[in-house]
Amino acid sequence: MVPITYYVGLSAILFGLGAIGVLVRRNAIVIFMSIELMLNSANLAFVAFARYYGALNGQIFVFFVMAVAAAEVAVGLAVIVAIFHSKQSINVDDLDSLKG
Amino acid sequence: MLFQAAAQAPQFFYLAPWIVFLPVIGLLINIIIGGRLPEKVVGVIGSTAVGLAFVVSVLLAISLAGHHEAVIVPLAQWIKVGDLDIPWAFQVDTLSVTMMLVVSGVGTLIHIYSIGYMHEDVRHNGDPKRFRRFFVFMNLFIAAMMILVGSDNYMMLFVGWEGVGLCSYLLIGFWYEKGKDGIGNSLAAKKAFIVNRIGDFGFLMAAFTIFWAFGTYNFSQVFEKAPEIAAATPVILLFITLFMLLGVTGKSAQIPLYVWLPDAMAGPTPVSALIHAATMVTAGVYLIVRSAPLYNLTPQSQFVVTLIGGLTALFAATIAVGQFDIKKVLAYSTISQLGFMVAAAGMGAYYAAMFHLIAHAFFKGLLFLSSGSVIQGVERGQHHVEHDPRLKKTVKGNSEHLDPQDMRNMGGLRTRMKTTFWVYLIGALALAGVFPFAGFWSKDEILVSQMAYKPVLYVILALAAFLTAFYMARQVMMVFFGEPRTPAAEHAQESPKLMTIPLIILAVLSALGGLINLPKLAIFGPLQEITTLWLEHTVEKGFLPEFTLWIALASTVVALLAIALGYWLYGRRYQELLKLPTAKRPEDPIVAVIGPVFTALKNKWWVDELYWLIIVNPYVAVSKWAADVVDGRFWHDWFHDKVIVDGFNLLTRVLSVQIDLGIIDGIANGLGWLAKRLAAAMRRLQTGFVRNYALAVFFGLVIILGYLIFR
Repeated sequence: MVPITYYVGLSAILFGLGAIGVLVRRNAIVIFMSIELMLNSANLAFVAFARYYGALNGQIFVFFVMAVAAAEVAVGLAVIVAIFHSKQSINVDDLDSLKG
Repeated sequence: MLFQAAAQAPQFFYLAPWIVFLPVIGLLINIIIGGRLPEKVVGVIGSTAVGLAFVVSVLLAISLAGHHEAVIVPLAQWIKVGDLDIPWAFQVDTLSVTMMLVVSGVGTLIHIYSIGYMHEDVRHNGDPKRFRRFFVFMNLFIAAMMILVGSDNYMMLFVGWEGVGLCSYLLIGFWYEKGKDGIGNSLAAKKAFIVNRIGDFGFLMAAFTIFWAFGTYNFSQVFEKAPEIAAATPVILLFITLFMLLGVTGKSAQIPLYVWLPDAMAGPTPVSALIHAATMVTAGVYLIVRSAPLYNLTPQSQFVVTLIGGLTALFAATIAVGQFDIKKVLAYSTISQLGFMVAAAGMGAYYAAMFHLIAHAFFKGLLFLSSGSVIQGVERGQHHVEHDPRLKKTVKGNSEHLDPQDMRNMGGLRTRMKTTFWVYLIGALALAGVFPFAGFWSKDEILVSQMAYKPVLYVILALAAFLTAFYMARQVMMVFFGEPRTPAAEHAQESPKLMTIPLIILAVLSALGGLINLPKLAIFGPLQEITTLWLEHTVEKGFLPEFTLWIALASTVVALLAIALGYWLYGRRYQELLKLPTAKRPEDPIVAVIGPVFTALKNKWWVDELYWLIIVNPYVAVSKWAADVVDGRFWHDWFHDKVIVDGFNLLTRVLSVQIDLGIIDGIANGLGWLAKRLAAAMRRLQTGFVRNYALAVFFGLVIILGYLIFR
């Protein structure tokens, strides 16, 4: 049996990678993928704790997260496609029309 | 005693306030609905109001006959401040009731006469609507006069004093748009008012000093304390009485303030009769008699009063000799007769003064009313001449601008106005002091008193009496005798019954008026000294004149001599002079006797001019200077334009430029500028880079979570 600490540690590393990815990458698709990484790190933590405590709540939550992530990707990719149509770029640093 | 029969009579003292209420009711009715009533009804309402006041006065007199003590009838509280307590209260005593009887009695007759007189006067002057106004003013006058004589303190008396002054002003200026240059009448009214103000100043000074010294205005309380004050500080009483004398000279037209009365003849003739002969002008005499206890304590004031009265009597009588206006002669005669009364009241012969006051009210009221009848008679003649085509041709040019009051335009009215002539003759004889008319008895008492006081004053007054008889003879001769000197006089017509009947009643009173105070001689039985005995209950005795045969004879001789002289000069000589061509004819037959003095008399000794020179002109100059320099240049041009306007401009400029634009706008603009700069600084935060926002969210989350975990 792998100790819970390993799962949590892995989850934290994944989350950190995801967060750094969101902050440092400029490609919108990559940022999307980093977000997915953070969501999945959270899923990992949920599942690990569910297994550890022998309760189903966590696993149920993971389904929700997956559903939300799928919806989000559908909407997000549509937005990115729309942006690409108008800007011919998906570099987020080019999307600075809200600049003060 | 004549009055003992009335001793059991019922008491009517509670009616006293009605002597004021009744005329006020009369004038209110006429104000409110008089405009819709015919003239006769308006006149009847006015006359009835005064007539009822006379009835009340008679009831009061009857009540007093059985109860000689003064009765105070309180009506209302007026002023109560600290020690000062002035009520509306009527003092019913023999003195005030005597005045009430004179005022309302003569007043009623004059009101009745006015119905006839004003009927023509308003048409002659071209404004029939003023008929009602006349009766309103007349009733107001009666009410004010009743307040004056009925009051029990000096302040309420002053209300009446001012009230009659106001009515006098209103009635002198009754035809305010008429007279010389269209303002003559209003100037006369103004003059009367202003000159009276000077007298009122004296009255007020006296009244205030009375309150300061006595702590009250009430007559009986003042008189009670008077001897005490006189013993302690006599100068106070001297001050009071002399300032009161100034008030008297204003109201009763004495030297030096008499100048308003001749001009007051601008009013309609019934006004001259009621206000400027019979009642209002005697208010001064009443005031002295009322204040007798004060004057008795100050012999110096008494002397001054007597001297002023005597000098006025003589001075005014001389001017009367040189006047051609029928009413002006009577006006100066009134001043002169008031001088007689003031002289008598001054030296302490209060009963003689009151007796002459009553008699004078009869005969001078009669003379004025008759002169009104004469004037209207001539006006009617004039009207007749102007509208008769046959006469018009013959008198063309002669009848224009004829002054119906000028005695030179009259003559021969004896046969044309018979009733007026006879009553005028009785009035003139009474005024001249011919036995047995009223004036003889009353003037005789005054002369006797003066003989006992200071013989020099007797001489002055005897001279005045001589002149009185002379100018009355002159007037009667010029008006009624000889041939008519103008077509208007030739066609003069007698006045209606409404006017002649009051004249006849007054003539009877003038003829028999002496009966009210015959001298103390056994042959007169119960008629001796009725007025004296009546007034004794109220007024301190002062001096009681005794009948002196030689003085009575002397007065009669003086009067007859003057009349004879008047007849010779104006009955004979004047007619002869008229035959001469105009250029050679002297102005007046008396010019042959007194020469250039006549010019002085005609011009009233230039007193008006003198007053203009020494008072009015400097005053006008000072007011012009004050208006131009002080008011115009200093206050208006400098203070107003420069100081106020420029100062205000400066202030507004500072407020608008410095304060408003500088500070207020500065604050508002500064706030805007600050917000702009802040926003400019803050916009840098908005990079537009999504990752920056994400980082901010991330750190925010970390901080919040950190706080939640480590708190």
